[in-house]
Amino acid sequence: MTTDSAHAPAATRTAESGARPADSRRTGAPRPRRRNGDTIAGYVFLSPWLLGFVGLTLGPMLASLYLAFTDYNLFTAPEWTGLENLTRMAEDDKFWSSVRITLIYVLVGTPIKLAAALAVAMLLNYKARGTGFFRSAFYAPSLIGASVSIAIVWRAMFSTDGPVDGTLNLFGINLGGWIGNPSLIMPMMILLAVWQFGAPMVIFLAGLKGVPAELYEAASVDGAKPWRKFISVTVPMLSPVIFFNLLLEMINAFQVFASAYIIGSGTGGPGGATNFYTVYLYTRAFANNQMGYASAMAWVLLLAVGVLAFILFRTSKNWVHYAGDSK
Amino acid sequence: MTTIESNPAVPVPSDPGRLTQPPRRRRPARRHIPTALWIIAIVALTAIVLYPLLWMFSASLKPNSEFGSNQGFLPENPTFDNFVKVMQGIAGIPTWKFFLNSLLLGVGAVIGTVISSSMAAYAFSRITFRGSKVLFAAMIGTLLLPFHVLIIPQYIIFRNLGLIDTFWPLLAGKFLATEAFFVFLMVQFIRNLPRELDEAARIDGCGHGRIFFSITLPLIKPALITSSIFAFIWSWNDFLGPLLYLNSPDKYPLPLALRIFNDQTSTSDYGATIAISVLALLPVMLFFIIFQRFLVDGVATQGLKG
Repeated sequence: MTTDSAHAPAATRTAESGARPADSRRTGAPRPRRRNGDTIAGYVFLSPWLLGFVGLTLGPMLASLYLAFTDYNLFTAPEWTGLENLTRMAEDDKFWSSVRITLIYVLVGTPIKLAAALAVAMLLNYKARGTGFFRSAFYAPSLIGASVSIAIVWRAMFSTDGPVDGTLNLFGINLGGWIGNPSLIMPMMILLAVWQFGAPMVIFLAGLKGVPAELYEAASVDGAKPWRKFISVTVPMLSPVIFFNLLLEMINAFQVFASAYIIGSGTGGPGGATNFYTVYLYTRAFANNQMGYASAMAWVLLLAVGVLAFILFRTSKNWVHYAGDSK
Repeated sequence: MTTIESNPAVPVPSDPGRLTQPPRRRRPARRHIPTALWIIAIVALTAIVLYPLLWMFSASLKPNSEFGSNQGFLPENPTFDNFVKVMQGIAGIPTWKFFLNSLLLGVGAVIGTVISSSMAAYAFSRITFRGSKVLFAAMIGTLLLPFHVLIIPQYIIFRNLGLIDTFWPLLAGKFLATEAFFVFLMVQFIRNLPRELDEAARIDGCGHGRIFFSITLPLIKPALITSSIFAFIWSWNDFLGPLLYLNSPDKYPLPLALRIFNDQTSTSDYGATIAISVLALLPVMLFFIIFQRFLVDGVATQGLKG
């Protein structure tokens, strides 16, 4: 397996360098000595980012943590209420329903999306040439899928007289419109997410191109069937890319907003089915002026994402195979 | 891996051996699915994926009387009436104004992103300074940070600065490189440039400013183009930002205008709502068709999300 590192796909390196940020070895040059003027120059170049980081990211994060323990309506000074926001949250049915909706969306939608992405990437990888058009065509939805335009189109397509119901009618299935039916909103939202499989697909494809063909040949010589090759060669070799896609897609899925807001007309309807976590947070903060409660919700979201990322990183040791590892 | 390596009895053809032997079947065994089947699968898939877009264009040409009655794909009496109607605007504001607002925000986002992100990327990848490792880790951390944790305090800040209902809250973050994706993309790009160029310039007496402008910026042009396109499209599609900060309809960019159309006319005037959605997507689609290589390769090599 000495060829592994030379063939490591680009996306693998990306995933790795997250763990080893200050990796200067790849450039080959020895790390230069720190010069006296460099610290000043460094901070001059960094000043816009640093200002943004402190003023628009770190500061707001801490402010939001403080507000989470207060009652604040924007117009009178924040009033410290301790853990009251959390206890109110625990008794808030709409909060729990938004948690349930969002978790279903993330935990069901993301694996389906990634499975579709991997399947199509493998299909495209069959051919060495002439797949550029398809790669671009499949990527296009990822670029526009979260826009208001597509949410409107999706709404129209799944409405009572829309083409989706029209097609299903041909097969004798009559759902009577998806938009007004709370139990069909989730499948519709997940379909919208899966439709945007292109971005992870492109990353998978880059990963697949980096799997050395010798591994498949060796597996063939061993008499491995296609499924066995998939499990024993493709999945282990792609595991860094799978990990990277899973982490990013899950975090993105937690933050779905525009599509849910437009499809539910900003009300969370029908029957609260589009009351996604971020939609409910927005409603609490900017329609009801409950900045304290909404900040508490924001921190619960941050902690949930943090716990999820932590679990993924911890379990990754068991299933993510980095090229060049002895294990 | 172990399944492959633990079977030494099977002679695995080694590279030098293959050179001397008569040419083996070069195509790997996995290519045994007939090409015809592959083509059918890929064409069917393309049709499904592109269907919503094609349907949208087709539906925008349907007169309103056909919505509901004509469930077919093509309009029976294609007409541009929907577009004519939609260009008149809504709430007393002509539609070109929404386009102009979106354009201003997009151009501002591109300028801000390119300047601030390239500066930060240069600092992270080419200057060795105290605290750079910690700050780089912090920058990577913000890649994973849910945006919703920041919106309330950011709103309060901009409200206290009296900037609500202006474009500044939407542009400030772009000029301060808060979108770590772009910084990361450029850092990756700069790291792959040979350091010798910098060293040579330094020996010739160039400072960091000179190296940045004369050497680094020209060499990272592909990364700057990719970043610009993404910055523009993300700004063009952004809904939450304008929803938070803009109140007067004459300052609305397209996504907010679309929302009014959707709320006010969707039940009575499907055609107009779909038509403005098409118009709003058109610039993005054109960008995509022209720059698709940059975009898709950017995603492939950097793991950048679309």
